[in-house]
Amino acid sequence: MSAQTFTLGRAIRLFLLSFGALIFLAPYIFMISTAGKAQSDIFSSSLSLIPQHWSYIANFTKALTRVSMTTLLWNGVVVCALIFVFQVMIAIPCAYAMAKLKFRAARLMMVLVMLGLLVPIHATALPLYVAFDRMAVLNSYFALVAPFTISVFGIFLFLQFFRAIPDDLIHAARLDGMSELGIIGRVIVPNAWPAITAFAIFSVVAHWNDLYWPLIVISNQTYATPPLGLLYFRAAEAGDDYGALMAATLIITFPLVAAFLLAQKRFVEGITMTGLKG
Amino acid sequence: MSALSLRGIHKSFSANQILKGVSLDAGENEFIALVGPSGCGKSTLLRILAGLESADGGEIVVGDRDLSPVPAADRNIAMVFQSYALYPHLTAAQNIAVPLVMRNLTRLQRLPLVGPLMPGQRKAIANIKREVRDMAASLKIDHLIDRKPGQMSGGQRQRVALGRAMVRRPAVFLMDEPLSNLDANLRVHARGEIVELHRRAGVPTIYVTHDQAEALSMADRVAVMIGGSLLQLASPQVIYDDPQHVEVAKFIGQPRINLFASQAAPDGTVAFGDIRLRSAEKLTPGTPVTIGIRPEFVAVNRNGQHGLPARIDRVEFLGSEIILYCRLDAIGETVIAKLSPAEGTGLAVGMSVRLEFAPDRLFVFAENGRRLPSFPMSADVALETANG
Repeated sequence: MSAQTFTLGRAIRLFLLSFGALIFLAPYIFMISTAGKAQSDIFSSSLSLIPQHWSYIANFTKALTRVSMTTLLWNGVVVCALIFVFQVMIAIPCAYAMAKLKFRAARLMMVLVMLGLLVPIHATALPLYVAFDRMAVLNSYFALVAPFTISVFGIFLFLQFFRAIPDDLIHAARLDGMSELGIIGRVIVPNAWPAITAFAIFSVVAHWNDLYWPLIVISNQTYATPPLGLLYFRAAEAGDDYGALMAATLIITFPLVAAFLLAQKRFVEGITMTGLKG
Repeated sequence: MSALSLRGIHKSFSANQILKGVSLDAGENEFIALVGPSGCGKSTLLRILAGLESADGGEIVVGDRDLSPVPAADRNIAMVFQSYALYPHLTAAQNIAVPLVMRNLTRLQRLPLVGPLMPGQRKAIANIKREVRDMAASLKIDHLIDRKPGQMSGGQRQRVALGRAMVRRPAVFLMDEPLSNLDANLRVHARGEIVELHRRAGVPTIYVTHDQAEALSMADRVAVMIGGSLLQLASPQVIYDDPQHVEVAKFIGQPRINLFASQAAPDGTVAFGDIRLRSAEKLTPGTPVTIGIRPEFVAVNRNGQHGLPARIDRVEFLGSEIILYCRLDAIGETVIAKLSPAEGTGLAVGMSVRLEFAPDRLFVFAENGRRLPSFPMSADVALETANG
């Protein structure tokens, strides 16, 4: 790699890749830039990336004080963690049974999983809303978490991964005296970390950024997730103060960006090992 | 009393009958090799014995307990897998410890966080650690104890797998081709070690293999399984010298036994060249039979008058022996002869020779493959019967 000469072909490839990366990053870069601009900068007729008056501090103070940012982030963490934990707790035993145990309903379950993959949340949103309303559980963590605890996508992803685990390993575990739950806890989970991390990205990213479902079931600010909080912030506080809005957005996207950068290698490993493209 | 017995085990996968009523008894300390071509059902039988598959019918008795309804986890049967099936996330020591942890600790003692608070847990764990160390020392893998399976060679993994199976002193020990993933040199060496381990453990052992050399060299008794049936269960020597079925004769022996299709003569005997064989049971004239003789009992006569004329097709020099492929002039069949290098010097492709067959080493098999007890008739008696 290091010995490779800098040929024309390589230069073209590098240029194309950098160009692509720039296009993908452009909105984020623009967001970082706007978060540091004063009101007059944002609405000036010339477009510049570097703010003329550095007002990061002012904008971030506004974002942090005008809305209860800690509540938003905390809600995001709680909701994402609960969803992820329940999804894994349900999907792993389910996928194990479908991949490694022989039972009559296995085919039917596979069909149901496939069907589940085809139905989007938007189709079931209304009945769920009505049901939650009747149960008087709107505006709670329960309403945010419950519809997502069974992830057919998770079952599908783990199923593919578990199928690759050799049968002999499961047989050996049984002969060593493990129950089926023991096999899941002692053999399957410790060997499924790549799949679990891969699933973690899909799950956490999807639910951290989700606006649709919280918008339906949450009207009380105390349970607002970050994207919903941002919406309130824009409507009620910021108005056209885009600097503060972008600062708030930066704060909210930061945890995911940081987490991905830190665990990038493991994530990529996990996705390539499950044979699934993100 | 037999320590382990299988009675009439049946198994079918949909319409495919894999096991057709297999019965087998193993004594205390006995080492039985279950040998047969791939797809004969030997691995399925082993899995049924271990409890990993359920049989459609039949009984599995260990000691005096019927194990058929007992789940695999409670059978106290240990198995070494062809792939070794070591837990990839655990070190060698942890792998060996697993069966002890599952048996010697209670459910609560095994739990993370809560476990160490349970009374007696520390002592039980210390015992397990000591047993694992002893086992590793006896297998000479003490230096590998902290390595994970991914960092070990095939031979080392195989030892860890043996350790994991033996550490809990099982009632029955099963091995499913444990040597087939090793290279040839190591395999021969490991044979001796497994026999030695078996002797020390003193537990009935069923060893599945498709390699007849392994079966013959290691086992007290060899069970030959073909097409889902157990055709013969006997000591290696009996299996080789006295096969009870044509398939057994064909499967055991390298190079393969010579087989010739023939018919019973009008007088009820079986003729092969100038040799006449009389069967213990009277054969109807014209009954199709198969005559077999092992290559080492075919002698080459270079310029004598005795024997059947043949032509050498191919000569294989194997160092300690020479394998000769000859074509019989009369019937065009190929005969394989195994000679010592001294006997074989100077033989070349295309030479005409005469082949002599040892009369008392000829086997006669009925059309259904069953062996027909037979004995050679001396020349004058043969003449008499022919005339009379």
